[in-house]
Amino acid sequence: MATMLYRDAVLQTLHAEMERDESVVVLGEDLVGGMGTAGGPEAIGGIWGTSVGLFDKFGKDRVIDTPISECAIVGAAGGLALAGKRPVAELMFADFIGVSLDQIWNQIGKFRYMFGGKSKCPAVIRMAYGAGFNAAAQHSQSVHQMLSGMPGLKVVMPSTPADVKGLFTQAIRDDDPVIFLEHKALYGVEGEVPDGEHLVPFGHARLSRAGEDVTIVATGMMVGMAEAAADSLAEEGIGCDVLDLRTTSPMDEEAILDSVEVTGRLVVVDEAPARCGLARDVSALVSELAFASLKAPPQAVTPPHTPIPFARELESAYLPSPDKIVAAVQKTLNWR
Amino acid sequence: MQLSRDALLQAYRQMRTIRAFEERLHDEIMKGEIAGFTHLYCGQEAVAVGVCEHLDHEDMIVSTHRGHGHCIAKGCDVVGMMKEIWGSTEGLCNGKGGSMHIADKDVGMLGANGIVGAGAPIAVGAAMSAKLDGKGKVSIAFSGDGACNQGTTFEAMNMAVVTNAPAIFVFENNKYSEHTGFEYAVGTNNDIVSRAEAFGMKVWRADGCDFFEVYETMRDVLEHVRGGNGPAAVEFDTERFYGHFEGDPQRYRGEGELDRLWAERDCIKIFRQRATEASLLKSDELDGVDEEVLALIDKAVDDSRAAPRPTPEDVQRDVYIDYF
Repeated sequence: MATMLYRDAVLQTLHAEMERDESVVVLGEDLVGGMGTAGGPEAIGGIWGTSVGLFDKFGKDRVIDTPISECAIVGAAGGLALAGKRPVAELMFADFIGVSLDQIWNQIGKFRYMFGGKSKCPAVIRMAYGAGFNAAAQHSQSVHQMLSGMPGLKVVMPSTPADVKGLFTQAIRDDDPVIFLEHKALYGVEGEVPDGEHLVPFGHARLSRAGEDVTIVATGMMVGMAEAAADSLAEEGIGCDVLDLRTTSPMDEEAILDSVEVTGRLVVVDEAPARCGLARDVSALVSELAFASLKAPPQAVTPPHTPIPFARELESAYLPSPDKIVAAVQKTLNWR
Repeated sequence: MQLSRDALLQAYRQMRTIRAFEERLHDEIMKGEIAGFTHLYCGQEAVAVGVCEHLDHEDMIVSTHRGHGHCIAKGCDVVGMMKEIWGSTEGLCNGKGGSMHIADKDVGMLGANGIVGAGAPIAVGAAMSAKLDGKGKVSIAFSGDGACNQGTTFEAMNMAVVTNAPAIFVFENNKYSEHTGFEYAVGTNNDIVSRAEAFGMKVWRADGCDFFEVYETMRDVLEHVRGGNGPAAVEFDTERFYGHFEGDPQRYRGEGELDRLWAERDCIKIFRQRATEASLLKSDELDGVDEEVLALIDKAVDDSRAAPRPTPEDVQRDVYIDYF
């Protein structure tokens, strides 16, 4: 086990997979950085530091620094994938998918189905998402709820450096298009990462805390908050299962249902608003398939149905927090 | 230019196959036998064939909603295409795609596309792949005078230039983006390919109703692109003989316009005239091709009517590699 940052787990996985398989190609804006400047290539090395050193090692035909053209980036990834390569495209901020949505939604996500299963599209579209930096409404969003509703895409949201390695390796080797969501507030988080080959299959939630009173479901940065809530509740003798979904498409429905059958209480924590989103989706799943197990109505801890505000006080009010999760857990315990 | 007799006959057969395939579709759609939306390519056959006769299966193309011609010209199985449009499980896409999504990777056909302008970025990606493979292969985006106004096409052209990708942007100007005239919708003084030139690539213009001109132009274009000189674009002046979609009443056409186009701008008629006047081919051998093609289309339709139908279980098949 080595200790490394979430960000470095992305970078090292890219290096390893590009060395392992020469069909892996990366593309995106400022992925190399400094092209056409006095500073020269690698003057930036990717704005997240997740592509440093790739250009020097693998050259311009496998490390393709693109103009700011999100639609063409995703479209080119689709063309590369159809032509037999394994592209990993970076969109920088998840908020920029709006510009490229047709290629994600109508093209790469549907090729396989539209073509009767006779093609595959092994493209990974990486993007940094999430709030916590006061970056306001167009640089802070969580976009998984929209993308998880699009059949044909797989949506991955690692919460730890170990899972970055395991899930990103799986994403690159996967033969379907994968949206790989990296939480920008987690880039600087350190954790232990298994050495050597490490793959985490999609659709298997991770039980990060175990307890028998309440089930808390979370993804990405919400996992840490759910763990903090569970740890403080544990001091009061309240035990929580914390399920890190890892992937929201496919979603590990079995793990959720199994846990709720024991606890009878569900709190879903999500960084996107509840309406038409993951929180209500999981609540509906449990209401539909585990109604008899429920001892209290499912609770959603989510931001309100608003764009993401700028000011520190407002962003804090907008986001879920351990305190809000604790309150929701207590609400399920004190029901009636 | 000296095309061999066999090559000329093959080109004619391809053009004639596209025409017969679509005219039969036109009839069958009128009878109500075919589901969905269909956009006919009739009138533009010389472009698809004049381009694709230069290509092999490792060269790739990305097509449009008006894609039957590109599919046939690139080598897709005609019976499989007809079965697809009929919605059979024996169709090229198992009945999951239909007219607007026919694809066959094995022949380098990366898909017709229901979204106007979506193909160009995909073609650039395929060109990046071809460049990486280093075998001198190219990737071609077919776009119309409608797609030329989409930002996706602009992004793709710039990215192809920046990455020096062996991409070719073939603009088929049939004068209509859906139901709107190009003189209204194309702002660059009725000139599409000057946009490509402004993005920094070499461009050509030619008459898309003359197979010989298309073919000769494409030889130069391909020599340029296969030689590693970066992307190129070409605009073909062509004609659309039917509506935007089947069922389109075409109230936007001028009086006598379609009669004039059929009389003066029919690429198949022009091909026959040029080939016979230059004594390259004889009328009766061209007639022989016509008969063979019609027999093939009859068979395609008969086979499609008899072909197996999908079942409800097929709905959930092939969404993912491993369905879960």
